[in-house]
Amino acid sequence: MDSLIEWAVSIFVIIGGVFALVGSIGLTRLPDFYTRLHGPTKATTLGVGGAIMGSLIYFSWQEHALQLHEVLITLFLFITAPVSAHMLAKAAMHRDLKRMRETRGEPWKQ
Amino acid sequence: MLSTALSIAIGLFVLAWVLNLGRLIFGPSLPDRVLALDTMYINSIALIVLYGIQQSSKLYFEAAMLIALIGFVSTVAVAKYVTRGDIIE
Repeated sequence: MDSLIEWAVSIFVIIGGVFALVGSIGLTRLPDFYTRLHGPTKATTLGVGGAIMGSLIYFSWQEHALQLHEVLITLFLFITAPVSAHMLAKAAMHRDLKRMRETRGEPWKQ
Repeated sequence: MLSTALSIAIGLFVLAWVLNLGRLIFGPSLPDRVLALDTMYINSIALIVLYGIQQSSKLYFEAAMLIALIGFVSTVAVAKYVTRGDIIE
């Protein structure tokens, strides 16, 4: 049973790390700001979600009781990540940043 | 087993953090830098949570929660400042 818990925590934690790394590679490699905004705001919330799922399982097993307060961080990030991404997209539109030709849909021209 | 997995995950998050630092330094525009800082605080939350598992201490939860709250407020404030030239009109 103990090794099962260890396996579960390890798998969640490593999945979280891989998601965060993919999001940051997207932040580094994608061509313009509007595509770069896409990578980290989605992938890092899942990455933190994986780390926190691992922490939740570990502490519930250690304390022999359900420890749900870690979910607060995930819930808060799931609510706030789209809000901050929206504010940053509005700031980028206001400054009229350079964009690729393939980035379509120009709401400031309508 | 668990300590190896935790070391690998901390290494992955640190690699992600270093990539964000590169975007923060070389980012061509101001919103790029704000986005890099936003991603950096989210990765720092995960690093603190993983450190809490490694030390098997629940004290680090409060620190992670505080960083989440303050990071969101500061990102919104800077984005508002870049858009409007003022934070509270």
